[in-house]
Amino acid sequence: MAKVQDLLIGLGARVTDRIWRLGFAMRFFVMLLVYSGQTFARPRLLMREIWFSGVLSLIIILVSGLFVGLVLGLQGYDTLQRYGSADALGVLVALSLVRELGPVVAGLLFASRAGSALTAEIGLMKTTEQLKAMDMMAVNPLARVVAPRFWGGVISMPLLAALFSMMGVFGGYLIGVVFIGVDEGAFWSQMQSSVDFFEDVLDGIIKSFVFGVAVSLIAVFEGYDSVPTAEGVSRAITRTVVTSSLAILALDFVLTSFMFGS
Amino acid sequence: MPADSLVKISDLSFSYDNRAILNGINMEFPRGKVVAIMGGSGCGKTTLLRLIGGQLRPSAGAVTVNGQVVHEMGHQTLYDMRRRMGMLFQFGALFTDLSVYDNVAFQMREHTDLSEELIHDLVMLKLNAVGLRGAHALMPNELSGGMARRVALARAIALDPMLMMYDEPFTGLDPLSLGVIGQLIRKLNDALGATSVMVTHDIHESMLIVDYIYFMSEGRVVAEGTPDELRATKDPFVHQFLYAEADGPVPFHYPAPDFSVDLLRSDARG
Repeated sequence: MAKVQDLLIGLGARVTDRIWRLGFAMRFFVMLLVYSGQTFARPRLLMREIWFSGVLSLIIILVSGLFVGLVLGLQGYDTLQRYGSADALGVLVALSLVRELGPVVAGLLFASRAGSALTAEIGLMKTTEQLKAMDMMAVNPLARVVAPRFWGGVISMPLLAALFSMMGVFGGYLIGVVFIGVDEGAFWSQMQSSVDFFEDVLDGIIKSFVFGVAVSLIAVFEGYDSVPTAEGVSRAITRTVVTSSLAILALDFVLTSFMFGS
Repeated sequence: MPADSLVKISDLSFSYDNRAILNGINMEFPRGKVVAIMGGSGCGKTTLLRLIGGQLRPSAGAVTVNGQVVHEMGHQTLYDMRRRMGMLFQFGALFTDLSVYDNVAFQMREHTDLSEELIHDLVMLKLNAVGLRGAHALMPNELSGGMARRVALARAIALDPMLMMYDEPFTGLDPLSLGVIGQLIRKLNDALGATSVMVTHDIHESMLIVDYIYFMSEGRVVAEGTPDELRATKDPFVHQFLYAEADGPVPFHYPAPDFSVDLLRSDARG
């Protein structure tokens, strides 16, 4: 009986702890937005963070995009040619990438490349008392450290997703047109006529923007809220990658049902 | 102690999760003096510094800095006050993504509209004062512990503070760096006309440079006086601390049941 009781108490404590943390994260988000004005008043700080989150993630994003495009081209051709519609390969590749794979896969890569780095950096700054020192110098760490990193991530993410999709389409073209010999005119013209800017491209951009907000918020929050020890920071990094990956997949489902559900 | 104190602590108590850290502390830090707060690890010294800096709120009592009660200040007033405070953290807390030069220039750039030429001259002046002008281009990870502490000191005095706070400035330094830091603390205090509060457990180094000492134990002030007064005192606590005796009023053992009880426990794994 006592064991069941302990189990229930433990379970309850874990649930309330999670809810409490969620509330704390929301409050943190509001404070972050309040202090964001200073970030845009100092573009140099913002540029530096876009460099760290965006430019340094370019290689992994571009290479992954190319490979995803290559695979899409192969698989897509294999399926389409059974029905004699190999000419629609361009449409298949472009729609898959722009609507889904671009934002989602780029988001997952962004979470593990840039999100983990953000958490580690802020967590270590906390561990080595740099945030406390800044606060004692009358410089708010939320405004000086956290907000620029958050916005750097938010701005980089849609750009990275767009580049991922671009490389993917190029990969599909390489496999489909250059190697397999699908008609080049059909590949591009069908893509051009079937991919709608507002329906498809814009929805993809909105998705990647939402993922950017989610991943960046989770990353800076986990860093800021980490336990200031080596173990605490490593746990925070793990949580960033796990939580933001799950958040991307869950948000993707919600957004897709709103955008394409009807 | 003279009446004109920059910092005054009256009946200050602080608890963390129902655990009392500080218990009815009274202290005064006169202008222009270097005052040390000493005591064993975990006696609440660092907490006291954070209360003076307004990073924590007291459970009872108050800290007054320059006539203003710290915990009653609004965010902006508190930040205005902190601009006139400098704090040296235990391990320097240098910003690892900035060079030595940028670390020292940090507050000048954040809080003033000075031109880069003027900032350059000021940074060099501050670095020269700690003997590290030649190291201005290095990154924090290229510095030794003692050098990092000196850069942090230059950064702390960047805006010529009225109050300097030192959190364990001597920890982990070799004897040479220890002496250098000690002398710097004294010289900078006198040159700036500042007031310094130094939290430390390094008794011998501090005795050489401070004007007054408070001894703390378990969240209370247990002894106070000038270095000469303390050397002459018969107080058992001060005696134990001064001569580093393992046991005395501060017990060697963490509170525990009788040794035989622990040894005879059959389920002794927790």
